[in-house]
Amino acid sequence: MSSRNNLPLLAFSTAGLLGAAVVLALLVAPEDADQGVSQRIFYFHVPIALTAYLCFGLGAWKALRLLWVGGERRDLESYTWIHQGTIFGALTLITGSIWAKASWGVWWSWGSNQLVLFLVLFLFYCAYFMLRFSIEEGARRERICAVYALFGVALIPVSFFAIRLASDFIHPTVFTREGPQMTGTMFGAFLVCWAAITLLAYVMYRIELVGKRTDANLRELREVLS
Amino acid sequence: MSALALYTADVVALARKDLKLELRARDTLPAMLLFVLSTLVVFHFALPAGTGDDAAFGLLWIAIVFTALLGLARAWAPEREGGALDGLVLAPCDRSAIWLGKTLATLAFLGAAELVALPAFALFFAPIDLVAVAGVVLASIGICAVGSLLAAMAAASRGREVILPLLFLPLAIPLVVGGVGAGISPEGATYLSFLALYDLVFAILAWATFEYVVTE
Amino acid sequence: MIAGEGLEKRYGRKRALRGVSFDLPRRGFLLVTGPNGSGKTTLLRLVAGLAAPTKGTLTVEGERGDLGYLGHESLLYRELTALENLDLYGRLYRVPERRERSGMLLERFGLWEVRADRVSTFSRGMTQRLALCRALLHDPALLVLDEPYTALDDDGAALLDSELAALTGERTILLSTHDPARVALLATHRLVLT
Repeated sequence: MSSRNNLPLLAFSTAGLLGAAVVLALLVAPEDADQGVSQRIFYFHVPIALTAYLCFGLGAWKALRLLWVGGERRDLESYTWIHQGTIFGALTLITGSIWAKASWGVWWSWGSNQLVLFLVLFLFYCAYFMLRFSIEEGARRERICAVYALFGVALIPVSFFAIRLASDFIHPTVFTREGPQMTGTMFGAFLVCWAAITLLAYVMYRIELVGKRTDANLRELREVLS
Repeated sequence: MSALALYTADVVALARKDLKLELRARDTLPAMLLFVLSTLVVFHFALPAGTGDDAAFGLLWIAIVFTALLGLARAWAPEREGGALDGLVLAPCDRSAIWLGKTLATLAFLGAAELVALPAFALFFAPIDLVAVAGVVLASIGICAVGSLLAAMAAASRGREVILPLLFLPLAIPLVVGGVGAGISPEGATYLSFLALYDLVFAILAWATFEYVVTE
Repeated sequence: MIAGEGLEKRYGRKRALRGVSFDLPRRGFLLVTGPNGSGKTTLLRLVAGLAAPTKGTLTVEGERGDLGYLGHESLLYRELTALENLDLYGRLYRVPERRERSGMLLERFGLWEVRADRVSTFSRGMTQRLALCRALLHDPALLVLDEPYTALDDDGAALLDSELAALTGERTILLSTHDPARVALLATHRLVLT
């Protein structure tokens, strides 16, 4: 009951925090000496990436709990986290691409290990949805999707190493990217952005989950009445 | 008999069953052999003159991955025909034994295809050294371990064979990196260790979770 | 041996089984009847452990190895011979003296002549008989048979009749059928699904 009450409050605070983040990132934080204006995308790109990882991790955690303890509730939760993760993953690719264009003049660079990792993960999780919607609803589908979600998190570190290895020899890195050197204000702005985006993901998760649960309840109601 | 001995006996019985079935039906293995050969020939025509041996080696890995997919698509076909998967699941044996038996059989078929592909590659394109072959062996283990579980998932879906490549390819990317790296990099050993790591992580994961893929 | 309470099975929006309760003591014979689509197969799959109920509770005594199941599909490998199929299941079910037992069952169900033939060459009736052999191979304490008379000719049906008569009172049996008259005398309990 209380969870339904605090959602609007949460949503508004998130909006506020996001607004503050945007202001801080675009206006207040000092401009980076090396990269100039384009560096500001970094304030959003990195938190979005970190949030995507978090969403995939939570999706896998819920999946593990589903297999261990069971419960249809966890299936919806796992699915919603993965859905959010995929959205933020797509945003990571987009913001990363914008940053690449602004920094180096190319929309895509295989040398950017982070982006390549996200591309692989994006493909993997898109397949998750294809898998989910091609199986009849029920306990079988829940379990199969949960197992696939677990494979996803195992893939993250393994792919990371694979891409590193690939860069080392197969595709020698053309552009070396170092994280920008951050001053105090910059770091502060970064933290605010990170908090805002993580909160945004959580709010979106809650909203989507409410929608899905309502759907499920409606369906059950329709059946009982018929 | 001890539990381990029983488990091994189950796995062996199941793997032998698959080998026997393939020897009789003879539809999957010849297809894989022919497919891998044809693909290599296509690569010759696809590669412009002057392309290095390294590029060709990369294409060998594409041939291996897609040949494996061909075999994996039919991996659970005998079980589907008579509904035998239910029969196996009902049996008192460990469900992971079903996965392991199937993985070993699929590995045997993929290995047979590679026994043809590697000499053919050496003949058509460039010689292969021992490290490259070790890479092929290690990656094949990973391919079959992950692939047979994913194929069981795909069997439960309406998309059937269509969905298997979608599930498999992202997971195959690290294997391709490892395999190609083992072949062309001077630090082949690093890539071999990476492949061993992949095999360990994903084989354990597949072994532990297969039960949940085939039961409700 | 089996106790089901308020059992329900839903596949997404489809409800295959609705509020079923029953009790079957050890060595009882439960006859399940009902029109097509009433959920007989679903119920039997639940008891066998091939599916889990979405609502309600189901307790089945015994382990996987104590259960013999006959479904709509034969659960056999079409390109293996009758003997090879039984040998494989015999191993998996840890049947002692599996060769002897397989031979005995094949003979009892009139399949001894074709023991070395592949299942793909069998008629539907023969496949059903072999599936029965498979279900009985490990002498299970609980038999779950889903419309076992399907596809059997008169001889096959007679063989099944005598087998069931022999097992009644010795083993627990759960059987679903379209033709209840056949086994009505043997049944100790009845469940009608709507």
